[in-house]
Amino acid sequence: MSHIKAFVAGQAAQEYLGYPWELGEDWKERTLFKMGDLLKKYRSLRVYMDACVHCGACTDKCHYFLGTADPNNMPVARQELMRKVYRRYFTLPGKIAPWLVGAEDLTRETLDQWFNYYHQCSECRRCSVYCPYGIDTAEITMAGREILNYAGYGQKYSNEILGKVQKIGNNLGLPGPALEDTLAGLEEDIEADIGVPVKLPLDVKGAEILLVTPSADFFSEPHVESLIGYAKVFHAAGASWTLSSHASEAGNFGLFNGNYETMRRVAMRIRDAALELGVKRIIVGECGHAWRVAYSFWNTLTGIGFDGKDPFSIELQQQLDHRYPQPMHICEYTWDLIQQGRLQFDKSANDHRVITFHDSCNVARGSRMGDEPGGQFTIPRNIIKAVANNFHDMAAETIGEGTFCCGGGGGVLTDDLIEVRVKGALPRMNAYNAVAQENGVNFLALICAICKAQFTKVLPYYGFDMGQVGGVHQLVSTAIKLD
Amino acid sequence: MNSLTLFYIGLFYVATLILIAGLAYRIYEYSRTPAPLKIPTTPAPTTNAGVAYRMAREVVLFESLFKSNKWIWVFGWLFHVGLLLVLLRHIRYFQEPVWFWVNIIQPFGKYASLAMVAGLLGLWARRFLVDRVRYISTPSDHLILALLVGIGASGMMMTFVSHTDIVALKAFMLGLMTFDFQPLPTDGPLLVHLTLVALLMIIFPISKLLHAPGIFFSPSRNQADNPREHRHIASWAAALERDKA
Repeated sequence: MSHIKAFVAGQAAQEYLGYPWELGEDWKERTLFKMGDLLKKYRSLRVYMDACVHCGACTDKCHYFLGTADPNNMPVARQELMRKVYRRYFTLPGKIAPWLVGAEDLTRETLDQWFNYYHQCSECRRCSVYCPYGIDTAEITMAGREILNYAGYGQKYSNEILGKVQKIGNNLGLPGPALEDTLAGLEEDIEADIGVPVKLPLDVKGAEILLVTPSADFFSEPHVESLIGYAKVFHAAGASWTLSSHASEAGNFGLFNGNYETMRRVAMRIRDAALELGVKRIIVGECGHAWRVAYSFWNTLTGIGFDGKDPFSIELQQQLDHRYPQPMHICEYTWDLIQQGRLQFDKSANDHRVITFHDSCNVARGSRMGDEPGGQFTIPRNIIKAVANNFHDMAAETIGEGTFCCGGGGGVLTDDLIEVRVKGALPRMNAYNAVAQENGVNFLALICAICKAQFTKVLPYYGFDMGQVGGVHQLVSTAIKLD
Repeated sequence: MNSLTLFYIGLFYVATLILIAGLAYRIYEYSRTPAPLKIPTTPAPTTNAGVAYRMAREVVLFESLFKSNKWIWVFGWLFHVGLLLVLLRHIRYFQEPVWFWVNIIQPFGKYASLAMVAGLLGLWARRFLVDRVRYISTPSDHLILALLVGIGASGMMMTFVSHTDIVALKAFMLGLMTFDFQPLPTDGPLLVHLTLVALLMIIFPISKLLHAPGIFFSPSRNQADNPREHRHIASWAAALERDKA
């Protein structure tokens, strides 16, 4: 797949993020400098560069390899693109006998290979489940992209989004007034539809709950159906909640680029909004990588969580309600209410659907829900079973911790990479096709905005209708009884 | 004291020094490098005791490898367990009197060498027979396998075919440890065996054999999944916070 190349970021996007916008005379020095810098800062990279024994356990685990059959899409080979440079410049055997250990000089061709193949990785971490040492290709992909950015060789799609989220407040570049209009329009639609005045409040100071959700939820289909679902759940629970125009976006593409400071800046918008609005709880909508960043990194990056001993984290942690996990996933919230018997459903409203659930990779392998390991698998399924009568899981080796990526995650969700996206979806589509044929499944339930966008685009390539894709809270929305 | 004995005395001191100092340096480097973010591969244990249990399953049973590929697991596990028993059996050459349990495992250790070499040959065969694995193999991958097979084969020669003067060898080894040097027996299989072992010790800290200490430092396996409950911050990241606060 070396013929597939994402668009290169232009001057404005690169300079906004503090990177050069083209490879200068000193690209080689800059590349090696950044690599050395990251090797000192990240134990993951340091250990993963050394620990691989080329056993081959990961070779058939990547959905892009399975879909494209390009050997450089085997996780170990993708890592080797960086490891051969690491060996050449940072290890003794690579300096004295490069041919023996597979070390190679850093050339422009190397950099092009990095650009191609580090943007054909969705950082889904499936390989890390199967590696005997837990080597996580996502860590190496992130380092690769950070180095490329630093050298002046950024990817247009991710870097432009990182500009938009910081300048305008969300990844789609939806300005505050447009957001306000959209929410007002949705309120009217809901009331016209079910006759209940369900509200979608924005920037309400003193609200108890701040909801942060992917901006696709505000106007993409089927995403918006889940947003309506969250609003109905809050309405049924009588919760005091709000969205924030300053932090309307949960997604954080800083994760994909592997730059700690960028990821921190994007996450800080949510801390700022929480402090400004004075909320007690922060809840995250259906978004895979956003939930990973929120669950795993917000406490580190922004102090959203508990146990901070420093003034920075204490300031916010004193404000948050300690009776609840912070942050909380919308599925955790809804499942809690269901268990307490506070939501009523007409399950038959979903009877036209035979549902299966796609575990999104960042949720499955990079986060958790509830108190027990594996809650991220059981809680969404429990919700589906509570609101619908027909549910069938896909084959066991394709779900849970072994779930296949949708093929569009990690900054790959751009039309310039559509060939990679379609081929990368193949393993998931095979599993979906099996339950569609055998069990009559006609609905793929999701809790990730990128999965939703990817599948609506890719399903038709595999002969399915794009209307078969939707959110878990879309199912909740269909079945919930309000008064 | 002949020059051959002197050569091997020197070789073993140098190899031991490189092995210990090299490994200590790598472990120091790994432990000193911060892990700025919590990145356990989930579902992961939420407590440190759980992490220790997960790590033990990885190290003893090769759990993740078992999930990924049964052939690699069978060969890899046979090799490593065989090697462990063989190494434990070798303790008898380095002490007097010998621990009772070293005597007990003696017969098992002998036959474990067969498992060890069988495992190695299986792993090596994969490098030729499986396209994907052939593609990712470098010359050094083959050479390390050759080295280990050579060590196993020369050792088995002495166990099963032509015995070396084991009493003299033990005297040589004890002499190395107490600086009371004794002559080394000069039969071929022994000299090959010792040379290859010394070579293995020398390349250990600069080769992929670093997977042995590396696994204990792998953040995706050694971190507890408790980021909401406990704030985790690396020193360089905390400094960033102070500068920009």
